[in-house]
Amino acid sequence: MIDQFRDDEETASRKLEERKDFYSYVWGFSLALAMTLVPFAVVHWGAMRGLSLLIFIGAIALVQMAVHFRFFLHIGWRQKREDLLLLLFSTLLMVIMGAGTIWIMASLAMRMSLPASP
Amino acid sequence: MSFAEQFQHPLGRLSLESLPFWQMLNDPTRGNVINGVIGTAAALMVVIGTLVTIAMITKYRKWSVLWSQWLTSPDHKKIGIMYVVLALVMLIRALMEALLMRAQQAFGLEGGFLSPDHFAQLFSTHGTIMIFFVAMPFLTGIINYVMPLQIGARDVSFPVLNSISFWLTAAGAALVMISLCIGKFSTGGWFGYPPYTEASFSPGVGPDYWIWALTLASLASTFSGINFAVTIYKKRAPGMKLMVMPLFTWTALCTSIIMIFAMPPLTVAMAQLALDRYLGFHFFTNELGGNMMNFANLFWLFGHPEVYILVLPSFGVYSELISTFSGKSLFGYRSMVIATMAIVALSFAVWMHHFFTMGQSANINAVFGIASMLIGIPTGVKIYDWMWTIFRGRVRFTVPMIYSIGFIYLFVLGGITGILLASPTIDYQVHNTVFLVAHFHNVAIPGALFGLLAGYHFWFPKAFGFRLNERMGKVSAFCWIFGFMLAFFPLYALGLMGLPRRSVAYTEPSYVPLEIAAFLGAILLTVALVTLVVQLWVSIKQRDKNRVFAGDPWDGRSLEWSVSAPPPEYNFAVIPVVTGRDAFTLAKEGGKAYPLPESYTDIEMPKNSVMGPVLGAIGFALAFGLVWHILWMVILFFVAAVVTMIVYGFARDTTRIVPAQQVQQEHRRWLDAVAAATGISRADEYQSANQGLAEMTIHEVPA
Repeated sequence: MIDQFRDDEETASRKLEERKDFYSYVWGFSLALAMTLVPFAVVHWGAMRGLSLLIFIGAIALVQMAVHFRFFLHIGWRQKREDLLLLLFSTLLMVIMGAGTIWIMASLAMRMSLPASP
Repeated sequence: MSFAEQFQHPLGRLSLESLPFWQMLNDPTRGNVINGVIGTAAALMVVIGTLVTIAMITKYRKWSVLWSQWLTSPDHKKIGIMYVVLALVMLIRALMEALLMRAQQAFGLEGGFLSPDHFAQLFSTHGTIMIFFVAMPFLTGIINYVMPLQIGARDVSFPVLNSISFWLTAAGAALVMISLCIGKFSTGGWFGYPPYTEASFSPGVGPDYWIWALTLASLASTFSGINFAVTIYKKRAPGMKLMVMPLFTWTALCTSIIMIFAMPPLTVAMAQLALDRYLGFHFFTNELGGNMMNFANLFWLFGHPEVYILVLPSFGVYSELISTFSGKSLFGYRSMVIATMAIVALSFAVWMHHFFTMGQSANINAVFGIASMLIGIPTGVKIYDWMWTIFRGRVRFTVPMIYSIGFIYLFVLGGITGILLASPTIDYQVHNTVFLVAHFHNVAIPGALFGLLAGYHFWFPKAFGFRLNERMGKVSAFCWIFGFMLAFFPLYALGLMGLPRRSVAYTEPSYVPLEIAAFLGAILLTVALVTLVVQLWVSIKQRDKNRVFAGDPWDGRSLEWSVSAPPPEYNFAVIPVVTGRDAFTLAKEGGKAYPLPESYTDIEMPKNSVMGPVLGAIGFALAFGLVWHILWMVILFFVAAVVTMIVYGFARDTTRIVPAQQVQQEHRRWLDAVAAATGISRADEYQSANQGLAEMTIHEVPA
């Protein structure tokens, strides 16, 4: 009798958990979709141009990353040290790759009068 | 192609001219006949090999066993073995190509016998296969087999994804193989620089074969990297802290991290080149704002870390077996771990040394040159650690140990030439010569291949339950070592004499003696491979004499030796509790190596899944359709891939239970065998007396 009661309770709490998970994913998906569609819309309808456009898209990309971390990778504020290390290491590699590429290709463009990398 | 054209050509670009003997029959000049005969013979080998395999499986009625026990298995051990088998099959092809290329160059004064186009296909496929379909599957296979056993896990974190990774790699390999029979492979080298590989200069299907084979392989490796990293982070046995992990597991972790970050640039570069070729984009074209140098940049963003993907697992293997066969714990464990991590970080900061001569400013060259030289420091630390591990150890000169010692000598030489090439001023002199070819073979063969072969000899008894023939293993190891030296040391000299890499022919008579020496080296390497195959054959014949069911033939130090050989599918009847480094040696010294558990519990294991073979087949068909511009095939299989993945998303019944009763039975049977076995001393390791139980002797090692 008690066992069954406990089972019911467990199923109920599991169902609640599942619902919470489901809505969290729906939220993540809609936010991610919005962060993708908005920049396209802005470019398509020419709402912004020049530097402000680039800054806007860059900012949206950062928000997009935060959304992915929060909803899909489940990384919150209170996390383990392992996660932090991995994040910092990823950031380091991204910076090396991104900054290195810009540095190399810009230098090449300047010296060879090629258009900067597309 | 437009839709109207698609209707007129339902097979896209596929036609009779795609057959390897078509040109020879229609235009039988001497050159065409020679190249046609070689091409047709190669194609026939593929076709006959496949047919014989199918016939043998059918004759011995092994299809259902093969399907249920191997092809659909999510077991990391079986997937690992299949990876290694794939790697060895592809190694045979790529080594034969190398032999053919060395033969061409040996007779290459004023011509030789191969056409430039055929030669270009040979070096392109040789490089592509050796990197993506020999070294990568080999190391992924060994990590797959060994790593979960070393950390005390029952499987990897995502077993079905693991199977999918294997099948995508196999699909890529199949694509390269079928390019022998239908159409031609790329002539653009293994890194296929545009604009040469753009549609305007290479209109054929060759670069498309290359693009899609690499795309399949790179996706598979990304998945494998994620899978391994998550497994190592999340599935370690209790007590197995990071700084307690065996060094091979450490290198597996570092390799996986590199895979996760280095594979995406390759996938992106391939996608961009495909957009250029298929849809008229201009990422890397000469005109309309394309910048082909960005391809070099993206490719080597992947390509340099890739070098460390190849070499790190072998470093791990060497660490394990030098420690085991010296009878000592690894010297400088902590420095080894730090050196491995330093290599990971540095490997992402040196990619530009692959194109020092591109035309960027000298300051950038200097920075990347210095960064490249810095890698010599952690690598040097490792070399000294291995030497100190051997120092005053009780060394047994087993086959893996011969490979290791050959590696230490040869890799230092390769490293020195690497330091030379890291200097931009020297690089300007020797870049694009065979000096470079000699250098990277000098690090790749002793560094990666010897380690993987040593690992194959080391863990074979664990995987199959019997030891490999020792004598043939030694013959093979010495053939590899001396064959390598004979084949590649002459190339250093030839490079300094100015022979450009990839030369189909030359006019300088003084090259001939060195070229012939290199050709003899290639023959010796072929002998090495043949010996390896014969060794496998002989060992299977003699297997009953060499059984090591008790599971510990080499007095091993880590957890994989603490289970039976071959291990049960769930690896550990009871998950071990780890108290320190060299966990199994600790247990043996404490007399607690084979504990009898009080009770057994049910074990949950993943069910077989057809997802791997199905997605592999779909991936292959999709890529084949893309190569030949067969629109309906592309659409059909793209939709099939998406639908398959969505349908699998609803699969809920994915695990099965191994009952405690069965676990108990199997475990007790093994413990009885251990109790019945007699422990043997290290001197008798290669006698039939070795049943896989090590005699417990503690040697005092003088400091």
